[in-house]
Amino acid sequence: MTDATIVAAGLDLTFQTNDGPVHALKDVSLDINKGDFVSFIGPSGCGKTTFLRCIAGLETPTAGTLSVNGMTPDEARRARAYGYVFQAAGLYPWRTIGGNIRLPLEIMGFSKSEQAERTARVLELVDLAGFEKKYPWQLSGGMQQRASIARALAFDADILLMDEPFGALDEIVRDHLNEQLLQLWARTEKTIAFVTHSIPEAVYLSTKIVVMSPRPGRITDVIESPLPRDRPLDIRDTPEFIEIAHRVRDGLRAGHVDA
Amino acid sequence: MGCVRGMWMRNLWAFIPGLTVVAAILAVWTLAVIPMNAHLAADMAARGDIVVTPKAPADRKALSGVTLAAKNPAIMAMTYTLERPRLPSPHQVAGELYKTVFATAPTSRRSLVHHAWVTLSATLLGFAIGTTLGILLAVGIVYNRTMDKSVMPWAITSQTIPILALAPMVIVMLGSIGIQGLLPKSIISAYLSFFPVVVGMVKGLRSPDGMQLDLLRTYSANNSQGFWKLRLPASMPYLFTSLKIGISAALVGAIVGELPTGARAGFGARMLVGDQYGQPLVTWAALFGAAITAALLVGILSLIERQTLRRMGMEAAV
Repeated sequence: MTDATIVAAGLDLTFQTNDGPVHALKDVSLDINKGDFVSFIGPSGCGKTTFLRCIAGLETPTAGTLSVNGMTPDEARRARAYGYVFQAAGLYPWRTIGGNIRLPLEIMGFSKSEQAERTARVLELVDLAGFEKKYPWQLSGGMQQRASIARALAFDADILLMDEPFGALDEIVRDHLNEQLLQLWARTEKTIAFVTHSIPEAVYLSTKIVVMSPRPGRITDVIESPLPRDRPLDIRDTPEFIEIAHRVRDGLRAGHVDA
Repeated sequence: MGCVRGMWMRNLWAFIPGLTVVAAILAVWTLAVIPMNAHLAADMAARGDIVVTPKAPADRKALSGVTLAAKNPAIMAMTYTLERPRLPSPHQVAGELYKTVFATAPTSRRSLVHHAWVTLSATLLGFAIGTTLGILLAVGIVYNRTMDKSVMPWAITSQTIPILALAPMVIVMLGSIGIQGLLPKSIISAYLSFFPVVVGMVKGLRSPDGMQLDLLRTYSANNSQGFWKLRLPASMPYLFTSLKIGISAALVGAIVGELPTGARAGFGARMLVGDQYGQPLVTWAALFGAAITAALLVGILSLIERQTLRRMGMEAAV
């Protein structure tokens, strides 16, 4: 496992709340390899988003070690190791789509010409070329989320952290975006960590599926997907797909029983 | 054509509720003129050899305005044309406004435009001071823990002190160190107008949600980038709401600042003069002049607000 990009060993995270301590993560150990597409699935409160936030350096684990590209999460963030896509697109309403994508580039100090070049390239990548001068409210929810993915891609981080990016979208749009995301992943060879509620989504997208359960948040199963990397949408009707989905469901159920 | 006329009709309909209210106020005002001025009119009529019932002034005093007017229909018309009425009629006020705004050279001391400018200049200066102070305080409150805990209670306390009590003190104190004219009035304006700006801007600068702040953290953005790229633009709608409240408060401040010093110019001075020399029309014209000025100022700000937010692509949010 020399090419592991993200290595977590014995991660613990306890939040102190008014209702007493909440054990968000307990003894989470996981390796994510370069070029992997890893999905985290589980009911709410299982710590999947918290784990993603730990990788991003937005939360600090109370115990255990976590390295991203061989650095601490904080160092990795400063080294622009990852782009983060949130549940909502979170585009600034006062900036155009292009302006929103330039936001990280401005903050990171890219030159004007490079900003323009990169903006055009990532808009092309998410199929939004021609929308650069539009404002967010002029775009559909799915297009806004694509723009937010473009924003996360703009500064060429190797890792893409995605926190239920399609959770608020309807199923037809979601299918379409899943397909596009796979194509994007194939073209850019990013390492993707993807949080989701949806079993079909997790199975369809991932090379590795991490099943988690709550109270305390922990990993109950890690499934290496035997599906080929090239996946048309109708792969979801194959026996292999259904079998993996079954195993994920079992894992989720088991987590519930002993919770 | 039909479409254009349709739009006109719709625009007209939009004004109906507002116009109805104005018409109702004018009607009540016009009717109220009769009982309010009945005694004055009756006294004048009695002096002019018209028979008034009851004859003795003392007896008339005992009657209410309504009763007196009902007993003497002849004096009703007179209540609308008194030179020094207790309550001037709408057309008298309108006439006085027209005379002092349009029929008098703006350079004349009798011109209401002249007095409006005196008050307006103090208002605008005070508004500028107050807005700047308000924004600076809000930034301090949002970025500095100590200020967050300490400034707001003082800001609130400052607004509980009656400005009528404070204004003379400010004017006299500044006067004793040689500061007179525009600045003392502006300081009172600023005192009233900074508060809505502080409250609005604190709310506005804090309006970005956790996700938007997290997004900037993932870029390792520093505080100043967070301010200029996220917090400040996000606060614009809040700022304009505050500015509209602030500028009317600033105008009130300037007028109040003119009252205690025996100022010789400005809306406040005109109100005082009218009161002291028994010229209610002067007072009423100044009052309406101030109200119209405030409406214009707020209107101008609304226009700038709409333009700015449209340029920022936020018209959908308005």
